[in-house]
Amino acid sequence: MMTQARPSWASRHISRRHEKLIQAALFLCAALSVLTTAAIILVLLTNAVYAPGVKTAFFERVSLWEFLTGMHWKPVDGDAGRFGIIPLLCGTLMVAVIASLVSVPAGLGAAIYMSEYAAPREREFLKPMLEILAGIPSVVYGFFALKFITPWILKPVFSLFEMNLQIFNTLSAGIVVGIMVTPLIASLSEDVIRSVPRSLREAAYALGSTRFDVSVRVVVPAALSGILAAFLLAFSRAVGETMAVTIAGGQQAIATLNPLQGAQTMTGFMVHASTGDSAADSISRMSIYAVGITLFAITLTINVISGWILRRYREVYQ
Amino acid sequence: MSSAGSDTPTSHRLISAPVSFVSGADRSIRRRLFLSRVFSWICRFVTYASLAVLIVLLTAIIWSSFGRLAFDFVYSTNSSNPKNAGMLAGLWGSFWLVLFTALFSIPVGVGSAVYLEEIAKDSFFVRLIKTNLSNLAGVPSIVYGILGYTVFRSAAAVLKVWFDGQHAFNIMGLFRLRLHKLPIYEDNILVGALTLTLVVLPTVIASAQESLRSVPSSLRVASLALGATRWQTIWRQVIPAALPGISTGVILSTSRAIGEAAPLIMLGALTITTMVPGNIDSPVKLITRPMQVLHAPLDQFTAMPIEIYDWSRQTDSQFTAVAATGIIVLLIVLLSINAVAMIVRHYASRRLKW
Repeated sequence: MMTQARPSWASRHISRRHEKLIQAALFLCAALSVLTTAAIILVLLTNAVYAPGVKTAFFERVSLWEFLTGMHWKPVDGDAGRFGIIPLLCGTLMVAVIASLVSVPAGLGAAIYMSEYAAPREREFLKPMLEILAGIPSVVYGFFALKFITPWILKPVFSLFEMNLQIFNTLSAGIVVGIMVTPLIASLSEDVIRSVPRSLREAAYALGSTRFDVSVRVVVPAALSGILAAFLLAFSRAVGETMAVTIAGGQQAIATLNPLQGAQTMTGFMVHASTGDSAADSISRMSIYAVGITLFAITLTINVISGWILRRYREVYQ
Repeated sequence: MSSAGSDTPTSHRLISAPVSFVSGADRSIRRRLFLSRVFSWICRFVTYASLAVLIVLLTAIIWSSFGRLAFDFVYSTNSSNPKNAGMLAGLWGSFWLVLFTALFSIPVGVGSAVYLEEIAKDSFFVRLIKTNLSNLAGVPSIVYGILGYTVFRSAAAVLKVWFDGQHAFNIMGLFRLRLHKLPIYEDNILVGALTLTLVVLPTVIASAQESLRSVPSSLRVASLALGATRWQTIWRQVIPAALPGISTGVILSTSRAIGEAAPLIMLGALTITTMVPGNIDSPVKLITRPMQVLHAPLDQFTAMPIEIYDWSRQTDSQFTAVAATGIIVLLIVLLSINAVAMIVRHYASRRLKW
């Protein structure tokens, strides 16, 4: 029959076209991520920097200089509004620094312990446990900071020294954010520590090194850039952390570096401002975009630097 | 190297025995070994301290929940009276959110992973996508909230005007007849789910990519050598082989959406509500009330973490127990999803051997 040949030819033809179609669809899926980034940047820019159309962007009303150097953050409509981001930056920076003070020693210690000391079975138990710690939602940590760490741990300690600790304070927020990012540092650092060639360790042991010498003088220096990248990533995570610091850090935007006081962070402000009901194009609403673009720029910069360090490190060992 | 604590004892004995009369060298070795032991204890302490924190956290939450911990918590909606406040609205809100988030993020996420791992050649644009994905993973979730508020919520507002406003378009006349009983809200479930999709997508893609990478290339080569096309190879060989890993990773990364509160609050999701999306407050109504099921995705919502946030900041200290009970429910939900993921991995990987 003459139809014998046609279906096979036709099906191959269709199949090739199918193939192209499917590949195009999959490409679109992957390209969606680029679109997302473009949309984020576009949305932030058109509301913060320059707005086409009837709306007025934030920086068309408030000068960049005032925004970056102003010491007062009072995001209200009308003449009383003050839009200096320094207080929010102080809050964010304090939380991130305290979080780093908690998470860097803890994460690095855990990474060294898991890769250099722990038996394989112990490691198999520790890793999922740390993942559970990382999987607990941010609101839970906020609750833990506000209702447990502040009243039951920090309050008794600081009352011994007769220091005044507020109910909302940056210290408790920083501590829980530190706990949250510890697993991140631990797992990233462990990866780079484990990828340090075994020959380096064996050579050090052969020269009579103790385990401490091997860990601290050989392995950690060899993995240093990777560890640094992990620290940076954790720092940027702490800067962007939202619910825990909103709950535990309070809602007062004050330019202070005292961790015993409450201080609003950039993320805390954004949550607070979006729960209020201000008009869509009012300046108090537009200030969310200005703070958002600042937050985005800071975290993106840190992430890019961290990725760059990590890539350079990988090249060295391949 | 494998057992902790035994700090190169052989080397100690070997070196210290012959030179024991040189007290200076001996002391230096002892000091180094002591230092090593102290360091190992510090590392061990730090590691187990993080686990202790986990235990303290869970204990503190269970302890705080006394006073509200009861089964009626999951049957009742929120209330200004802490004795009656419950999480029904949040549970249903989170259910719908995670359902649609999974619906959106799984096809797109797995599709992107397949493209990046199986199809893409190393071109400039592909490198751009890869760099971009790793940067997107580090964007704070609240920034996606801003995007969702500005793009998705505005789109929903336009739809709302089309469907129940006076400016309805003629083309929409047909739909208006059918949909006028289904009010559309600007802050609806779909808007929330689309935003959460963007939040979880980078991690979904990364975990799917990892599972695809673990499929041995001999499988692909064999399939291609037998005359299969690239897509046939992917669809019939690679994806089935990677399925256990993909499904576990995708379930785990999508479930992170359940704990996300910040982007939803940015969208203007309700914090205090007694309303359940589509008025579906029991699983039975999912079958018996089809019109309400249709309504639910376009309805307003709250979610479990939002309710917990709201209870945590109440000044009335009785709400502490309510918040803690809410956290217990949230953690149980997350834990059961993790358990499901583990079971899926266990059963799906039984058939595969290589």
